[in-house]
Order: sequence, then C-alpha cells, then structure tokens
Amino acid sequence: MTEVNTATKDEQDIVISTSVGLENSKSQPSHLKDERIAFTADNLNLYYGENRALKDIDIQIPEKKVTAFIGPSGCGKSTLLRCFNRMNDLIDNVTIDGQINLYGNNIYEKGVDVAALRRKVGMVFQKPNPFPKTIYENVAYGLRIQGIKSKRTIDDIVEKSLKGAALWDEVKNRLNQSALGLSGGQQQRLVIARAIAIQPSVLLLDEPASALDPISTLKVEELINELKNDFTIVIVTHNMQQAARVSDYTAFMYMGDIVEFTDTKTLFTAPKHKQTEDYITGRYG
Amino acid sequence: MKKIIDWYKEGTPFLWLCAGAIALSVILVVGIVGFIGYQAIPHFWPAETHIVTIDTQDMENKKIVAEYYEEKNKVSPHGPYTDILLKTGNRDIFGMDFRWVRDSQITNSVPADNYATFERREWGNLYAIPKNIIDLETQTNVNGEIWPTLQEKIAEATSIHKQLEEIQNIDIGAINYQMEQIRLRKRSLELKDKLTQAAIEVAEEEQNKLSKEYNALNHKLVELSKALNRYSLEVEILSEAGPKTISLKVSNIVRSYMPNGIGIGQKISIYLDRIGEFIFGSPREANTEGGVFPAIFGTVLMVILMTIFVTPFGILAAVYLREYSKQNIFTRIIRISVVNLAGVPSIVYGVFGLGFFVYILGGKIDTLFYPEALPSPTFGTPGILWASITLALLTLPVVIVTTEEGLARIPKAFKEGSLALGATKSETLWKVILPISTPAMITGMILAIARAAGEVAPLMLVGVVKLAPSLPLDENFPFLHMERKFMHLGFHIYDVGFQSPNVEAARPLVFATAFLLILIIIFLNLFAFSLRNRLREKYKSIAG
Repeated sequence: MTEVNTATKDEQDIVISTSVGLENSKSQPSHLKDERIAFTADNLNLYYGENRALKDIDIQIPEKKVTAFIGPSGCGKSTLLRCFNRMNDLIDNVTIDGQINLYGNNIYEKGVDVAALRRKVGMVFQKPNPFPKTIYENVAYGLRIQGIKSKRTIDDIVEKSLKGAALWDEVKNRLNQSALGLSGGQQQRLVIARAIAIQPSVLLLDEPASALDPISTLKVEELINELKNDFTIVIVTHNMQQAARVSDYTAFMYMGDIVEFTDTKTLFTAPKHKQTEDYITGRYG
Repeated sequence: MKKIIDWYKEGTPFLWLCAGAIALSVILVVGIVGFIGYQAIPHFWPAETHIVTIDTQDMENKKIVAEYYEEKNKVSPHGPYTDILLKTGNRDIFGMDFRWVRDSQITNSVPADNYATFERREWGNLYAIPKNIIDLETQTNVNGEIWPTLQEKIAEATSIHKQLEEIQNIDIGAINYQMEQIRLRKRSLELKDKLTQAAIEVAEEEQNKLSKEYNALNHKLVELSKALNRYSLEVEILSEAGPKTISLKVSNIVRSYMPNGIGIGQKISIYLDRIGEFIFGSPREANTEGGVFPAIFGTVLMVILMTIFVTPFGILAAVYLREYSKQNIFTRIIRISVVNLAGVPSIVYGVFGLGFFVYILGGKIDTLFYPEALPSPTFGTPGILWASITLALLTLPVVIVTTEEGLARIPKAFKEGSLALGATKSETLWKVILPISTPAMITGMILAIARAAGEVAPLMLVGVVKLAPSLPLDENFPFLHMERKFMHLGFHIYDVGFQSPNVEAARPLVFATAFLLILIIIFLNLFAFSLRNRLREKYKSIAG
C-alpha cells in the first residue's frame, strides 16, 4: 500500500510523461529508432573551475536497456554519469550548462527536488559503500528516509530487493549482522539491492565491478542482465569485454567528447571512427 | 664501522628510542600513581604507640607516648644522623601534635601496651589509659568492664551524633529553606505592589507553622545533646609532669582502639573504617581530618554538568564548520581561533567567568528573575553553574577539534551513498554521519573530562570554596541548586596542603585526596572509554 503511495508521490515530483519525452527529443539517431528514450542530454558542458571536462555532450539513453560508457581514464565518462543524478552538485567549483531531460523534464532546472530526482535515478559506486549498519538496515535505509514505517512493508521490500540483487540466499540468515562483514562482491550486490529497494527507474553504475574479483564480477554482470528488464541502466566501465558482454549500446568517450555512440555489436565489430578502433583494439588507453 | 652503519640503517636505534620513550612514560605514570598511593594508603593504618624517653637540653629523660610517624636521614659534619617525627597527639595538652627529635636523643623506647588511641572530633588524637566512665547525670561511675562498656557508649554517642546531624542538616535545613522561600515570596509581592493583607496573613500562618515545627525539632535537639553529653571518660595521660588524669567526653570520641593489643583482623577493620570515613564523611578540623565526601560530590557533579554543557555545543559547532560552512578564509580563521583558545591559560577563563558570567550575566539574571532576594545575590555570585560553564568554555576547543577531525575522517563514500538514495543533506547527517562519528565525539568528551576534572585555578574564582555549608544537590525543590558554591578535590588538595595550620597532619590527606582525584578521573575516563569501545565495535572498520 505504502509502496504505491510513494511511487505516486515521486511521479508528482518529476512528471513522467513518455509521450512528451518522445516529442521533445530531437531527431532520434537511427540506431535508437525503436527505443523509448529515458535521458536526453542537450549541449551539456561541465567545467571544473576553468577546466572543461565535458564538451557539448548530446546523448540519448534508451529505456530499459544497458548503455555503457567506455573510454580511457579521465575522458569524462564518470563525470557524465554523475550528471544524470546531479552528484556533481556535491563537488565545489563545478559549473554545468546545457540540459539533461529525464522523460522530457530538465533535471537542472531551478527548483527541481534533487532528493526526489535521486530516488528516481539510483547510483552504485565503484567501491562498495554499505553503511556501517546491519544488512537489513542498509536495504531499509532508503525506505526509512521516505518515511515508510510499516515493518511488514519494509520486510517485504528488503526481501524482494535482496532477491533482485541475487543476494538473498547468501544473507537471509544473517540480516541483522553488520554489512561490513560481507565480502566485497556481496557488499556490491548489497549496495545494488539498496539502490533498487527504492524502485528507481534508472540505475547508474559507476565501474561497479572494478574492485571485485572475477567470480564476483561475473555475478554482478549476470545481475545487470537480470535488472535491465526493470530498469534503465547506465554503466561506466574500464573493461571493454565487460561492456561487450553486458551492454546493448555503447558510447566511446575521449577527452570529454562522445566520439561514437551506437549499439554495442556495431561499435565493437565495425567502429566508424579511427579513435574508437584504436581504443578497442588496445592501441591506446 | 660498517656494522654500525648497517645497524643504524636498519632503524634499530630509532626503534630503541621509541621504546625508551614509551617506557619512560609508563614509568612516570606508574611512578606518580604509585608514589601518591604509597604516601596515602598507609595513613589509614592504625599505628602502634610507644613510650619514648627523650633526653634533650630542655627535657631531661622525658617520657612521652607517641607514634613513629616519619624518618629522615640527614648528614651533618659529625656524620650521618636520623631525624624522627613523633606523633605525640594530645594537642590540647601539649599545644602541638608532632615533635621532631634526633635518633640520638631517644634513650629508650618501649611499646605503650596499656595506652589506647582515641580519635576525637576535636583536638586530634589522644593517647591515654582509660580509667573510669562517669555518668554525669547521676554523678556515679558506670559499672562493668571498662573497655566493652566504653565501646558501647561510643557507639551510642555516634548514633546520636548521626541523628543530630540529620535533624540539623535535613529537617531544619528544609525549614530554613521554606522560611526563606516565604520571605522571598513576600518580598516579591511587595516589589510588585501586590502585597495584600491576605497574602501577609497566609505567609504569617505558614511561618508560624514552620516555627512550631522548628521549635519541636529544637526541643528534640536539646534532648539529644543532653543524651549525647551524658557520659564522660576519665583517662590517664602521660603529660610533661608525669601521669595525669583528665576527663574526656565520650561524645567527642570518633573511634578508640588499643593499637598494640589488637590482631591483624581488627586492624584491617579499623583501616577500612577509616578509609570509609575518608571517602564518605565530611571534613573536620579545618579539613585536616574526617572525609572529603562533599569535595568528591562537587567534583563529579561539576564535571557532569560541564559535559552536559560542552558536548552538544561543541558537536554542533564542529558539524557546522565541517558539513555546512564553505571552506574559505573565514572558516579557517574560526578554526585557528578555536585551536588557539585551547592554549589560553586557564586562569584567564576564570577571570572571564567571574567578570562575564558571574557579574554581568548572573547580575542580570538576579535583577530580572530574583529581585526579591537582592541585595544578596542568587546567581550573581560564584556557584556551580558558572563554574561548569566556565570549564565548558575551557574545554570547548577540545571537543570541537576532535569532533571535526572525526567528521573529516568519515569516507566520502558513505555520504554519497546516502545522498544517492535520495536522502537530503540533513537526513544524511543525522542517520549516517553523526552515528558513525560518535566515537570521535566521545573521544572529545573524554579529553574534555580529563582536562576539566584536573582544573583548579579558574574554579577558585567562579565557585569553589574551602567549606561549603550544603551540597548542591538535596531534597529541597528544585533539588539541583545551580547557584550554590561547592567543594572540589583539586582545590581541597591546595587548601589542605598549603592553607592548613597543621601541616604534618594534613600531608597524608593531601596525598590521599590526590590519589582519590586520580582514581575518580580514571573512573570517569574508563566509563567513557567503555562507551566508546562499544560504539566503535558497532561501527568497526572506521577509525574513531
């Protein structure tokens, strides 16, 4: 019951009207013509002080697909990802111009409730960052923030989210133990469970597997494949094989520019740009 | 040569230097506590008495009964000698308690087996042979074996003493307090021009009731003191002119024992009894005898109040500095000023406390809220409230700095994780950041307590006194009297050690009080430590 209520409340915060989103989007690129669009970035520029880190970014993120950003270190892919839930607001000295629309609503408009935006656009970071609380409380945190008090609702969502993050079987008997006692891979899946517990529509994954061992990485990748049925996923990764394995669309970024953005298969088999080809064949980066 | 260079390169000398430093610190700490404890602890042991024969120019073969109190080895041109301090007691007879003699002047010393030690409420110890117990009411000797009868009568007198004290301090104290309240109420009405005849009558009626109660209690007091002074003890002392019989009121005896004739078990029981008196009793004889309970109470209460004032205040300031304010030149100046405050001599805080808190703030409070008590000040005079606020100000930098460092140590990932879940900044602060940084806050609290409990200088200006008539906490509403003056162990040490007329008698008490102060600080710290460890366990993996 409460669940439904919060969903409605969120939609009031950011009116999701897909039709508007589609009309507003500029000429939809050919490779995305069959997709519904979640995010649209228009002429996005970001400066760290004087330093221009993102240059006139135009990109459209398809709904309920996995979009990967690849590129060498410092190319701006994490910065771009953090624009989608305004995490860059936390950094002093950052200025942004241009706009990002989520289903047609500019998230950088004045008066946008950033907390509500972040409830819609969840994020998972490179290093697992569970709170020093119990496993249960970690997942319940976002719900409690929203003011959900009913123990049963929270219990249900915690279980559902942990199952959704493929962690339930491993932790169901130790929900009240500290989350810091979990392994790195488990912690990362816990963080994903925490993110999906509040039912965002988008999940931003910032190199979610780069601090994990191969087996945990595999599990997280499998999880991403599962999650794309319900969520729009944007993933930043260093690992090109990973991008090839998990994503439907891939953007190659270089020096704050999107050099090439197309479906993953095309990008990896027939890149149009020389830079892209050099990068994916390992000639630099 | 090469070997030495290798040895040096390996870092072994540095390791030894570090180990040496820590060893020295440990030795110093253990040494301090051990030395103070060594000086303090034997003081309460019942000492044996001796009949000492002294042969000096002014006293030829004089016999006195005394305890061996202290020895000092000295060297003169004629060779080494020892000075001996004898505790001769009987201050009312000899005019002093102690006497220094040289070892060569003592010609004979035998145990004073039939002498008893009487600890008195006044005039210190008396060494004498008990002879007779006289009932002053009937002017007859009390029959029965003298020693058991005497113990019985002392116990009786002690219990009467307790009753008397209770009536005086609690019952009569309460009546006086209520009388004062009535007077103040009347005065307050008078000031507001609302003092009607009816109000006066009500007040008078209450006053009459209270005076009746007072008279009844007073009557009881008279009865009790009569009972108290009923028995007198005749004793034979060894005066300068030989044995002499004097009489001693039984009510004046705190404790009596035959130090040479009792076994170890009884000695231990006397020892523990005396330690108990020291910890739980009130001071007597210008603080040189009796206990230090009011000082313990004052110290602990003041530290608790100080903690209550400083902790929230310091934490809020640190949270603002670290989490909300922009990190610019202005916050840097504030931060530097806070750190510098920690270096200001404590007496300066005392002067500030007296000038600002007591006179300005307290004076204002008096004119606003307690005009009926003027011209005698209520808050416009040093008291425990101002003392704890002054110390809170003194320890504020410590709390701010440690809390801020704790906040700075929290990984940014926690904050981002919380914000990414749609929490606002303040939700993040309250639900994630502050709980994780509690160990750091408690570290700040521990440092503040350690600093405040040992501080004396500013307190002398803002509320500590040599002898407080009543504790700041009692059974009269509102129970906690923040305006009252209080006693403090640190000041007690200073007062007993350096302001006391009877230096030799006071010295062991100085050490005992110091030892107690150290124990209390250790106890307060252990409490805070255990609290912190429990919290750290909860948020482990984050240094606090």
